[in-house]
Amino acid sequence: MTLVLAADGRPLKTSLNRALRRQKLRALMLIAPLLIFILVSFVMPIADMLFRSVENEIVVETLPRTVATLDGWDSESGQAPDEDVFTALYFDLVLAAEYKTHTRLGSRLNYEMTGISSLFRKSGRSVDDFPTNNYTDVIQAADTSYGDPAQWAAWMADDVVRAALPMTANIYDAWAKMIVDTEEDLPIEEVPWDFVYTSLYLEVMEGADPPISLDLSTVAPVTLRDQFYDVDKDWLDPEVWKIIKIYSPEYTNGYFLNSVDRLKGPEGVEVRPDNEQIYITLFIRTMIMSGSIMGMCVLLGYPIAWLLANLPARKANMLMILVLLPFWTSLLVRTSAWKVLLQQQGVINDTLVWYHSTWLGQFLDPIFMGFLNLCYAFVNVITWVWNVLNGIWGGTDGLYMDWAVAGFERLALINNQTGTVIAMTHILLPFMILPLFSVMKTIPISYLRAAKSLGATNWTAFWRVYFPQSIPGIGAGCILVFILSIGYYITPELVGGTKGVFISNRIAYHISSSLNWGLAAALGTILLVIVMGLYWMYDKIVGIDNVKLGG
Amino acid sequence: MSALPAYATTGQRIWFYSFRVICGLIFFFLIAPIVVIIPLSFNAENFFTFTPEMLSLDPSGFSTKHYQDFFSSSDWQLALRNSLKIAPVATFLSVSLGTLAAIGLSQSHVPFRRAIMAILISPMIVPLIISATGMYFFYSNPYIPTPFGRIELPFTLTGTYWGVVLAHAALGIPFVIITVTATLVGFDQSLTRAAANMGANPVTTFFKVQMPLILPGVVSGGLFAFITSFDEVVVVLFVGSAGQKTLPWQMFTGLREQISPTILAVATILIAVSIVLLIVVEMLRRRSERLRGLSPA
Repeated sequence: MTLVLAADGRPLKTSLNRALRRQKLRALMLIAPLLIFILVSFVMPIADMLFRSVENEIVVETLPRTVATLDGWDSESGQAPDEDVFTALYFDLVLAAEYKTHTRLGSRLNYEMTGISSLFRKSGRSVDDFPTNNYTDVIQAADTSYGDPAQWAAWMADDVVRAALPMTANIYDAWAKMIVDTEEDLPIEEVPWDFVYTSLYLEVMEGADPPISLDLSTVAPVTLRDQFYDVDKDWLDPEVWKIIKIYSPEYTNGYFLNSVDRLKGPEGVEVRPDNEQIYITLFIRTMIMSGSIMGMCVLLGYPIAWLLANLPARKANMLMILVLLPFWTSLLVRTSAWKVLLQQQGVINDTLVWYHSTWLGQFLDPIFMGFLNLCYAFVNVITWVWNVLNGIWGGTDGLYMDWAVAGFERLALINNQTGTVIAMTHILLPFMILPLFSVMKTIPISYLRAAKSLGATNWTAFWRVYFPQSIPGIGAGCILVFILSIGYYITPELVGGTKGVFISNRIAYHISSSLNWGLAAALGTILLVIVMGLYWMYDKIVGIDNVKLGG
Repeated sequence: MSALPAYATTGQRIWFYSFRVICGLIFFFLIAPIVVIIPLSFNAENFFTFTPEMLSLDPSGFSTKHYQDFFSSSDWQLALRNSLKIAPVATFLSVSLGTLAAIGLSQSHVPFRRAIMAILISPMIVPLIISATGMYFFYSNPYIPTPFGRIELPFTLTGTYWGVVLAHAALGIPFVIITVTATLVGFDQSLTRAAANMGANPVTTFFKVQMPLILPGVVSGGLFAFITSFDEVVVVLFVGSAGQKTLPWQMFTGLREQISPTILAVATILIAVSIVLLIVVEMLRRRSERLRGLSPA
């Protein structure tokens, strides 16, 4: 077998492979700028959000020593931790108060237990006033070198001293860093603060060797546990410490538990108290409302798509504009239109009032009301039979509907679920019509005629022949509308009031008002997972490549 | 369906006309809310409903005062200027990067095409509120993740012009990708080979041969990207600050806090803009189909 050679004398196969590789590389080079752009401007933010939904570094960052010491505390003991933990808390809190991070930690832990926020704020203010200056005075009086900043710096650079006084070295370093960061002074020119002396005192009392020997046995010790107790009695409440201990790991599932109305209590996962359960209800409501919007869109979109698909091209194109115009009109414009129309004093209510005053309304209203009351009566009879069958004599305990509608009043169409469903059906209807239309366009109308000529009634021909073929379009449209509506924010916010809002409005609330970013991230993650699941279904049914815009 | 045959029964006739009436009502539902806004914006009073003067077509019931309000109010003018400053730049970014990538994606051998496509389309799929949340977190404190920890970048993007532009460009990209790849499906790759054969370098080939043919797709992708940025509220609410207040943002606050009839004037202007855009996109689509021989001239 002869080796086929290319023009340059290489084997053809190698040459082809090289060309192919070069082609692949060129394609990737063309894609790379955009890919990097999307990764930086879009994918990284999403990843950051996912990360934030489990991230919980704030406790261990703000109170590193407390968290480390707290390991030895038995949360089941029913007792507050001992002096060691309070000493560590003292050091951490002095530093945190200087960095002003203790209030942030307080608000973080306040999501888990109300009252912790004020506890931290109060303690941050008073922690500087603890009588630990006693230690400072005694130590500085014992030897003047202990009051010399330069001498301190020299000791703390000396490995022997550091090995003898590990805790003091650690505290001194943290203090020095804080002095540089917040006071913008040099540690070499500043006398260490009280808490550094406290640490030195404690180590000396435990038998460590200071650089210049000190006799501190006569100093009256300050019990930091009592000091904290004086600031706020809650510091001796074991529940507070349980919360700190539970939330001390760097990662937590607490935000996710919160998103499903659970609580990471001291005894494991608990259900939140009834008055704090909102998220599951909100998720279900979002689902139900998106479902009804989807249903409304199918009901309204199917006839339109059918009409457009089966009219002659010229007429269909004209009518298509009526679908595309709302599609192209700004979302805010359509929402403001509905806000204006649906108001109590808006056009729709004014029209209804006017209609009731005309002779037609005068004539039809009693008939309509009679019909409505008949419906109510019918429902009530069924309820009654149901109750009797179940052996429950319900009386009039709310199971029955009101017997009569007395008259027509202005309808409450806005700031409730009705408003959201109406406005969003209008906004998302084109997204149902367009995929339905493109599927129906491919169904030959002659199938219907064939079915009818074989003896099918109009209904059978439609239901058994046409409808099954249009199901892919319904599926595509439904998933599209559902995906879009489940994450809607603007319209529910503007026309939904309090009852007609979605989970997205809660996310926005947590970001801009309550500042509970972790919870917002967790809710967002759950929403993202739902949407991705639906999107995967959409990909299976329609395929991403078949996404079309504007019909 | 299109016409009623002569032999139709009474039942069929009734159904035919009632179906038309139902469709007419649905079209009315689609279009009426938008149309109603237009006369209401000329209301002489600060009401959101038709006054008796308007209903009797009395000229005193109409005025352009809400339009004057829009053009004289500094808030609205600032918002308009911001919108016009942000949308074109974001569109330019998404169109230039998006067209290049779409050309890359349409080549015959692209590794990981599906995965890349999924990533590029994702800004359209992910709900805006989630994009906004993520961008708000990340742009306020951007960092480079490395296996050894994150390198914090010494600047912030939230509340800056470029932050909003970046976010809007990302949101517009899927539209450019979709429209341009759709146009490239009908592009005859042998044309580029012919151009290369005649001695054109890739850049000349791109601008002289490929670009003119895919231009309709690029322009309509650009229009989609423009309208996405121009209409966008959620992300700009989170990423922007008062200095980047755009027209939709101003409308949003107007609707939420104190609804003023100026919004109706703005809405009418925006409806006019969208009608123009709709016409342009439809013309481009037909032209592109004609060029690709998909429909008769």
